[in-house]
Amino acid sequence: MSTPEAGLLVALVGNPNTGKSTLFNALTGLRQRVGNYPGVTVARKSGTCDLGDGQKVELVDLPGLYSLAAASPDEQVVIDALSGNIAGDRRPDAVVLVVDSTNLLRNLFLASQVAELGRPVVIVLNQADVAKEQGLRIDIDLLSRRLGGVPVVLSSAWKGEGILDVRRAIASAVAKQTPMKRVVWPTNIAAALTDVATAAATDTGKQVSEADAQRLLFDTNPSTADRLGWTVTQRDKTLRSARDRVRNSGYNPMAAEPLVHYAHLRTVLEGVVTEGAGKAGRSAAVDRLLLHRFLGPVLFLGIMLGFFGSVFWLAKFPMAWIQSGVDWTKTVVAPPLDAYPMLQSLLADGIIGGVGAFLVFLPQILILFLFIGILEDSGYMARAAFIMDRLFSWCGLNGKSFVPLLSGFACAIPSLLSTRTIEDPKARLATAFVVPFMSCSARFPVYALMCAAFIGPLYGPGWESVVMVGMHCVGLLFAVPTAFVLTRLVLKVKPQPFVLELPRYQMPKPRDVLWRMWQNAAEFVSKAGTVIFAITIIVWALSYFPRDASVAERIKAANPAAAEEVVKAKVQAAYVEQSYMGRFGKAVQPIFDPLGFDWKITVGVLASFPAREVIVSTLGVTYSVGEGAKADSQHLRQAMQNAKWSEGPRAGTPIFSLAAVLALMVFFALCSQCGPTIATLAQETGGWKWAAGSFVYMTALAWIVATLVYQVVIRLS
Amino acid sequence: MTPLSQLLPGQFGKLASLNPERGVDQRLMALGLLPGMVLKLIRKAPLGDPLAIEFAGQVVSLRLAEAENLIVDVSADCPIQRPRQP
Ligand SMILES: Nc1nc2c(ncn2[C@@H]2O[C@H](COP(=O)(O)OP(=O)(O)OP(=O)(O)O)[C@@H](O)[C@H]2O)c(=O)[nH]1
Ligand SMILES: [Mg+2]
Repeated sequence: MSTPEAGLLVALVGNPNTGKSTLFNALTGLRQRVGNYPGVTVARKSGTCDLGDGQKVELVDLPGLYSLAAASPDEQVVIDALSGNIAGDRRPDAVVLVVDSTNLLRNLFLASQVAELGRPVVIVLNQADVAKEQGLRIDIDLLSRRLGGVPVVLSSAWKGEGILDVRRAIASAVAKQTPMKRVVWPTNIAAALTDVATAAATDTGKQVSEADAQRLLFDTNPSTADRLGWTVTQRDKTLRSARDRVRNSGYNPMAAEPLVHYAHLRTVLEGVVTEGAGKAGRSAAVDRLLLHRFLGPVLFLGIMLGFFGSVFWLAKFPMAWIQSGVDWTKTVVAPPLDAYPMLQSLLADGIIGGVGAFLVFLPQILILFLFIGILEDSGYMARAAFIMDRLFSWCGLNGKSFVPLLSGFACAIPSLLSTRTIEDPKARLATAFVVPFMSCSARFPVYALMCAAFIGPLYGPGWESVVMVGMHCVGLLFAVPTAFVLTRLVLKVKPQPFVLELPRYQMPKPRDVLWRMWQNAAEFVSKAGTVIFAITIIVWALSYFPRDASVAERIKAANPAAAEEVVKAKVQAAYVEQSYMGRFGKAVQPIFDPLGFDWKITVGVLASFPAREVIVSTLGVTYSVGEGAKADSQHLRQAMQNAKWSEGPRAGTPIFSLAAVLALMVFFALCSQCGPTIATLAQETGGWKWAAGSFVYMTALAWIVATLVYQVVIRLS
Repeated sequence: MTPLSQLLPGQFGKLASLNPERGVDQRLMALGLLPGMVLKLIRKAPLGDPLAIEFAGQVVSLRLAEAENLIVDVSADCPIQRPRQP
């Protein structure tokens, strides 16, 4: 996404949670996800920004970081972007440093590191509204002068205040190219840096900037040396003697950088901020309650229960409305097409039945994302990670795994991306591996259909809820030991630090939360219109054809005395059974026989490997093909309730026995049935090995556990 | 001189020393936790670990094991330099 007119590239850089994405959205008019948790943005996103005078630049939003000594993959993205290290990408022509106005000192540390790159910078003091509320007054002119005349502007990106100033400041920074004042390195450190730069340049034949030399000297992590191609043997001696030189001047080489920068910044900030009367934040008081020794965990459980409870029960009503809407559409569309049975079947059974069965779950998706949005934007998510860290550390993970795992209950894809904030690659891998076990919203339709059709009618609504909640725990039940074995025995993850900033609480911003909910809903609906639609039509066609007239004649001839309705039903059944789908399902069914699945369920299971929620529409199609308008949701349930084994040792007993229903749900809880998840897992773990491992492991586990469930329950009942 | 892990919730201290060779300490230094900085142990998580500490106007979590290497001086006259509440 380049802008041919200007071709200028501007990067947004800053500490996590300072409002970079909010500012990006305000400057570009795009909608990047924002949230009150350090680490919402995990990848680089770009857009076009108008500088106010018609000049356009390409603006990139980057993940947040505290220091250029990168530790986690999302932070590495920033380093790469700043050094122009990403293939096909240039170094930014200017850097906008987004700073939290309420904590200048800590935020300017990164700014001061970035200044070493020698790029023109703009300092944006964001969240100025909060600073004002706290009674902080910031002398931006003084700060600008102290920093060597770089533009310093105040903004409240969320309110849209100061955005024009930011645009102008970027334009002026690009035009004037004023560099930001840099720290003065103590003589010995400066000499050590020169030594490193010279040696690295000689050894690699590449140009080594001062900023590169600092990374080489101060960081334990070798990413800069690797980028330059400076090998361990080449650099070892140089770095050791340079670090000794730093040590001899009285600085620990690993502490020199922050010590020098912070000392510099203290003089820069002298007299810049004056504290007037203001409201102290209430975060400490809220934390006293939400992180209380006893009340904290109780409230945590309460919030989680409320979270899942409302997803299940609140959604019931809108779901019923959508369902009746779908049924009504069928009654309208189908009758006029009585003369064209094939078209009628395609529309009513295939498209409306299949896609409709899927769309019913839209309300649940909306509520799920609404809650995750509220938890995140309020600031509670980081507290939840804080509370859960101990439990997570027990299975080798850490509190930062909480966010990916919780959002895994909505969808595994964004959750897998959010594992990028975890520094330790092994812990990240382990987290990514167990994320697909979380009961994502695509499993929900399966549980909901089974519970509504079987558990509810047979055992009452109480049990229906119990089973619903229970199914959501099945994945967790297996995720914990999986993580334990993986981190302790396979990957041997070392205990990792858990340094997480607890952001201040804020009222969730309806705009951000609703936008996020809307985006996910749009994705869900477009999935219904594409993947689900396509698979539905294929399944319909495979279960409709071939449709040889002789089948119907044979059935009619065999049942001359039967009522018309009965004959019709028999004809339908015969058609489905001899369809391509029927033949195929029957051939494969033996694999799923130990789980108590008949050929129709088998077909559904196989069709749902690309996307698990397809089972609902597939069952909708196979159980209603040829029924046209009559096949409303009520009918589908009845058809499933009445389905009986027609042959074999189980002949005459219901197919959907308690054992089979439970086995089916458990199978879906554990099986790896999501193409995009596998692809994302491969992308995030850097290869197909772990993705393939996850697929085989989860699918095998699902088969084994579902078989156990079926065999045990069938013997008990 | 006390390890940070032994502070009581609500107690202040001035950082005396840390171990710059450790990754965690490097992260904390980037956040501004340098020798001489006043910090406060706000609380322990309900399960006893991690800790929440406050310094330079921010609240940061830290595991007990990591806090053992951070040595603080609790006798210093700290509360006067108390950092702002975020
Ligand atoms: N009060 C106030 N809140 C803001 C302002 N700008 C952003 N926020 C809030 O700060 C939080 C963080 O905003 P983001 O835009 O996600 O921050 P970010 O810097 O992109 O964060 P990461 O991607 O995690 O590094 C959100 O809850 C925003 O609503 C502002 O000017 N004033
Ligand atoms: Mg962001």
